[in-house]
Amino acid sequence: MTKRIIFGGVAILLVIAAAYAAFFIAPEERTMGLIQRIFYFHAATAWAGEMTFFVCFVANLLYVWKRQPKYDWLSVSSAEVGLACITVVLITGPIWAHPVWGIWWTWDARLTSTFVLWLLYVSYLLLRTLVEEPDRRAMLSALFGIFAFLDVPLVFFSIRWWRTQHPQPVIMGGSGSGSGLDPTMSKVFFFSVLAMHMLAAFLIVERYILEKMKSELDFLAREVETQ
Amino acid sequence: MSLFSNTAVLLSKELRTEFRSRELLTTTVVFILVVLILFSFAISPTTEESREFGPGLLWLAILFAASLMLQPCFLREQNNDTLSSLRLAVSDPFSIFLAKLIANTLFLLLTELIMLPFFAIFYNVPVLPEFHWLLLVLSLGSLGISIAGTALSAISAQARMRELLLPLLLLPLLTPVLVVSATVTVSLFERVPIVKGKGIAFLGVFDVVFLTALWLFGEYLLEE
Repeated sequence: MTKRIIFGGVAILLVIAAAYAAFFIAPEERTMGLIQRIFYFHAATAWAGEMTFFVCFVANLLYVWKRQPKYDWLSVSSAEVGLACITVVLITGPIWAHPVWGIWWTWDARLTSTFVLWLLYVSYLLLRTLVEEPDRRAMLSALFGIFAFLDVPLVFFSIRWWRTQHPQPVIMGGSGSGSGLDPTMSKVFFFSVLAMHMLAAFLIVERYILEKMKSELDFLAREVETQ
Repeated sequence: MSLFSNTAVLLSKELRTEFRSRELLTTTVVFILVVLILFSFAISPTTEESREFGPGLLWLAILFAASLMLQPCFLREQNNDTLSSLRLAVSDPFSIFLAKLIANTLFLLLTELIMLPFFAIFYNVPVLPEFHWLLLVLSLGSLGISIAGTALSAISAQARMRELLLPLLLLPLLTPVLVVSATVTVSLFERVPIVKGKGIAFLGVFDVVFLTALWLFGEYLLEE
């Protein structure tokens, strides 16, 4: 219990420190001004969300391989946390885009594939609510999770190669993001990335414990019923 | 090769079941026709626009139709309680999937070919000049739809609200197929050679990725 409190405390302190750094330590961007500071939050959450979905994918594979319920608990926990992260990304994105690009949304590769990613994991969680039997639910959702994760790069490249008719908007983050950034900016950014990963990890652990208790409770309820 | 002989037997069973009643094919053809006509009411395109948007609408109609057409694929087995005997009958459960997905691809392709003249007339597109390429795109696209759709219909058949669930699971997963097939089809009508090769290769990659995944994980889909 104390371990969990310390873990949570550290994660929350890191997020607060990252917010402070984003507002007061990072220098102001020349053309975009104040609104650019949302980037530390936006891109860091996106990275954490993608990492979380990767955890979900690995947990799905492990479930299919080992058939232990703990991998199912891990996959549902990480899928939910990842979905929360991506939701934050999809909300903060337009907040930044509106003043900078002048539009809320464009069907650009990165935006669109993030949105499809979000839809896929919404379907994943929906599927889980629609299968009663726990073992079947775990197996079917693990398999759908694997298909969904395999689909993500295909979605990204299909849209990137065939659907981006607009001139590429300037999006920071992604691979090689450090290259064009001011050193302080990049330090603050990687600190935010760390903070968001810690927060996501903390949430996954908590959600995992909850899922574990839930399945134990279900098991006990069935025991009582049969007696 | 027991996989291939099993698949051949199962495939002939699928085809015989369908061609005995032809229910699936007839309803799907009518469905695509209705959707295409409704699309043109909804946006009332000019001749220029219909050439530009037509292929996208055609693929969208195919996707919707497929998400309905693939419903009974495993549901029928489940309702008749034949799935477990099917699994006992074959040595490799992948042959069940293979037979079903080949049958579904053939059904989709057939409906598309029946639809194509209507589409060409309503949307004013020249389908004949590049017909062999069009046929290739239709085949690869339908194969991709059928591979993913057959796998997911095995999932949705075991859930509640299955009629709604299948399109919900399937349509986001098929985004790459929709994007690429629609773009390649437009480029065929406008005679843009660049997109063609790369797009067809991409569709091939999609098919291979999902076929491999189905081959690896298919047997787990059919457990009870």
